[in-house]
Amino acid sequence: MYTFSNRLKIASIILMVVGALGIGFGFMSAPGTVEEAKALVASHDEGHGDEHASEATHAVAEDHGEEAHAEGHDVSHDEHLLHQLQNKPWAALYVAAFFFFMIALGVLAFYAIQRASQAGWAPILFRVMEGITSYLVPGGIIIFVILVMSVMHFNHLFVWMDADVVANDKLLKAKAGFLNPTFFLVRAAIFLGGWILYREYSRKLSLKQDESDDNSNFKLNFKISAAFLVFYLISESMMSWDWIMSVDPHWFSTLFGWYVFSSMIVSGITVIAMVTVYLKSNDYLPEVNDSHIHDLAKFMFGFSIFWAYLWFSQFMLIWYSNIPEEVTYYVTRIEDYNLPFFGMVAMNFVLPILLLMNSDYKRINWFVIMTGIIILAGHYLDIFNMIMPSTVGDQWSIGIPEIGAILFFAGLFIFWVFRALTKAPLQPKRNPFIEESRHFHY
Amino acid sequence: MASHYEAPIRKPLVLGDKSYHDVTVDIAAPVEGRANKHWWIVFSIALVAFLWGVGCIIYTISTGIGTWGLNKTVNWAWDITNFVWWVGIGHAGTLISAVLLLFRQKWRMAINRSAEAMTIFSVIQAALFPVIHMGRPWLAYWVVPIPNQFGSLWVNFNSPLLWDVFAISTYLSVSMVFWWTGLLPDFAMIRDRAVLPFQKKIYSLLSFGWTGRAKDWQRFEEVSLVLAGLATPLVLSVHTIVSMDFATAVIPGWHTTIFPPYFVAGAVFSGFAMVNTLLIIMRKVCHLEAYITVQHIELMNIVIMITGSIVGCAYITELFMAWYSGVEYEQYAFLNRATGPYWWAYWAMMSCNVFSPQFMWFKKLRTSIMFSFFISIIVNIGMWFERFVIIVTSLHRDYLPSSWSMFSPTFIDIGIFIGTIGFFFVLFLLYARTFPVIAQAEVKTILKSSGEKYKKLREAGKPLYQINGGSVVKENVEAAAEIKSDEMDVASLLDSIGTFDSSKDTADDLKMVKGIGPQMEKTLNKIGIFTFAQVSRMTEKEYNLLDSITESFPGRAQRDDWAGQAKKLNNK
Repeated sequence: MYTFSNRLKIASIILMVVGALGIGFGFMSAPGTVEEAKALVASHDEGHGDEHASEATHAVAEDHGEEAHAEGHDVSHDEHLLHQLQNKPWAALYVAAFFFFMIALGVLAFYAIQRASQAGWAPILFRVMEGITSYLVPGGIIIFVILVMSVMHFNHLFVWMDADVVANDKLLKAKAGFLNPTFFLVRAAIFLGGWILYREYSRKLSLKQDESDDNSNFKLNFKISAAFLVFYLISESMMSWDWIMSVDPHWFSTLFGWYVFSSMIVSGITVIAMVTVYLKSNDYLPEVNDSHIHDLAKFMFGFSIFWAYLWFSQFMLIWYSNIPEEVTYYVTRIEDYNLPFFGMVAMNFVLPILLLMNSDYKRINWFVIMTGIIILAGHYLDIFNMIMPSTVGDQWSIGIPEIGAILFFAGLFIFWVFRALTKAPLQPKRNPFIEESRHFHY
Repeated sequence: MASHYEAPIRKPLVLGDKSYHDVTVDIAAPVEGRANKHWWIVFSIALVAFLWGVGCIIYTISTGIGTWGLNKTVNWAWDITNFVWWVGIGHAGTLISAVLLLFRQKWRMAINRSAEAMTIFSVIQAALFPVIHMGRPWLAYWVVPIPNQFGSLWVNFNSPLLWDVFAISTYLSVSMVFWWTGLLPDFAMIRDRAVLPFQKKIYSLLSFGWTGRAKDWQRFEEVSLVLAGLATPLVLSVHTIVSMDFATAVIPGWHTTIFPPYFVAGAVFSGFAMVNTLLIIMRKVCHLEAYITVQHIELMNIVIMITGSIVGCAYITELFMAWYSGVEYEQYAFLNRATGPYWWAYWAMMSCNVFSPQFMWFKKLRTSIMFSFFISIIVNIGMWFERFVIIVTSLHRDYLPSSWSMFSPTFIDIGIFIGTIGFFFVLFLLYARTFPVIAQAEVKTILKSSGEKYKKLREAGKPLYQINGGSVVKENVEAAAEIKSDEMDVASLLDSIGTFDSSKDTADDLKMVKGIGPQMEKTLNKIGIFTFAQVSRMTEKEYNLLDSITESFPGRAQRDDWAGQAKKLNNK
């Protein structure tokens, strides 16, 4: 049995406290009026130079396009600026909340794939994966609360929730059958409910299998995992349209759901590798060997390439066709988010491919951890680049509110996951493939 | 050694009581035997179809592309449909041999050879279409970036059609090398069995002088892994680039970002369907039911079900996004597909590709050979219609209603398509008679871990060596029981591994060591070996001594690493 070490527990609590302070600071320092917002930007611009601010807001202002035209530019610009700065702490919170939730969901998908494909190497890591997916409950509830608060107009993350905006926007009116607050929340509840239900049930069967004297629990788990994957294939895509793509409700891309999936699964596998290496370094999981770490690192490598493949497919096709309603998405990102946008490609593709190309490096634990940190930071930036341009425009920064939110959710994630790991033995006993997994070696 | 362990609940991949020699004989049989009447009938039909196709191609080239049913609105139809269809089918081979190799799926070994052959033959069919479509195929070298002095024009690197040239030629070359590498030991096997000097000569040329040394095998495995690593991104790239032929355009229904991964999934889907079609017939005709088992067909059906569902998910996503985008051209394109004049093609595609694979959720259906064959044909048809729907229904309603039209193929269109099917089967039927159709060298490597006989023996707790003709083995064991009273040997053996003192030590259950059965335990006890500690001290020298004392199963103890096993058991 694993015991949650005091040091790690205290560290996670400190992370949460420091993070909460950072989040609080973000909300406190958000401007309340147009004047405050202008003053904030003016003081900020002294250090930066004036040019980029006004131009870029323009592209984002398209979200509010119709109303902007009616009122004249100056007033609407200032109001827009206020909205962006008021959105900033919310967006920072949402990005971090989604990022850590997405890790747990990615692990859940990977876990279900291992079960449905009857993989022989993986069962020894099932408890680790189950520990990570336990975060789906708190993470999912937090996301749901943020979405409810968006619907209740505590923030303007989703412009289509604003009835006035929709009334003046022909496109949004046409989408209202799908993009309306009630249906949005119902969908979110169905997705979260389905994922959590599978996680809890599969975990229960997994523990029961250890105590039983036949394979009925194992077989049932195999069946529900296959069924879950069907549900996941559909719900994951729709979730990404709802929770991410709709922050920019005029824009659309058919590939978007699968692209988010690639980010999710690679982050999930990276965290499995990191938690496994951590536990091993504390003398747990004695039978996890180099080959298991090697395989996880191979998946990190492979799915990083898969991510780059989907990123490139989406980017290249939109860039090549240059259709105005689609290409604005990348214009904004290249103009206002140049460094995070291309930096993320380096961190999510170039560095993992170079670092993990060599077989031997995939077996060096600290090397896997270091590459994992780069991958996770890169995928945080990926989510950042998805949410921020439509919510805060060119007013983005990675400052106290953003880092605070990351720290808070990292602390919560560590606390919850490692607490869940203490609840059951770290190695399954009676999985029919456990012997294959124990002897796994090549 | 441990990596060869396989969980008992896994189904066997080689059925029946097959020895290594049986595998050789079974797989060499179609090559060494003579073709029967059925083969000649099918081959003649394929050859006639092929010749008809050749005639149509000659007519096209001598007269011009105007012999096809194209018009100025639908200016791309069967040619590109057939091209994409064949390229798609060509995806399963490398997926099976490369991706499943990386995922260490042993079941690939029974089907990879034929799947790769199918890949190469279908890519050849696909490559025909762009060449014919050029109108002047003798200028085909113009697609290669060579200097203008050769009379060509510099190629347009912005065109996805040019990317196709690079992607498909690379894919074809790597697939060929991959296929041939795997064939080397199997050609050598046929060479070594050949009786006629002519056959011996041919197969020794084909096997590149394979000798079967350890070094050969080591290089073989290394090269396979590298090629698998290379081939995997290639498989993805080929259909990705084919999809870009459409997706880089701004035509509604063509420009959609999901195309690259969805085309790849569709290609794997159609490829597996074709593998199923071919292998279900082949296993029957060539009597390979013991190697291409129902389990293999079931797994292929599952792959078909998964990729079919992914394709279905992409269809629905496209439909939804067309509505969600608010772009009315996009909306019309999809409405027109489903309800316009080509509704029958759309619903043929939907029912063949999305609905029909869902039957595979039922174990009874996916383990039924007849049903699998039926579905595989349905999927082949459905995937042809998918390309037809994407291409023709998007083109036939353009921006100018006065130019709206339909497409009707001429007999030349049909003739060329039938011709490629004929050509494909001509190649495949020749292959089936001259090549080892199963990677026998690879199958032999899993015989002991996944063969039915061995799995049953292991489950029953019996040693695997009883396999070679029961009675002979029993005699050997009994003979071994009467130990040659070579006192010298016994003494020196016990000297080095330690003696057993029944007053101090307790005897262990030596049967727990894999490879030691009840008889062998008795033999060891007679010699004076009772504990794991004693066994664990054995080295090569002691193994040899033991062999010389018992005179049975030489090398057995070392192969199973009794000492290593005993050491672990002793520490428990």
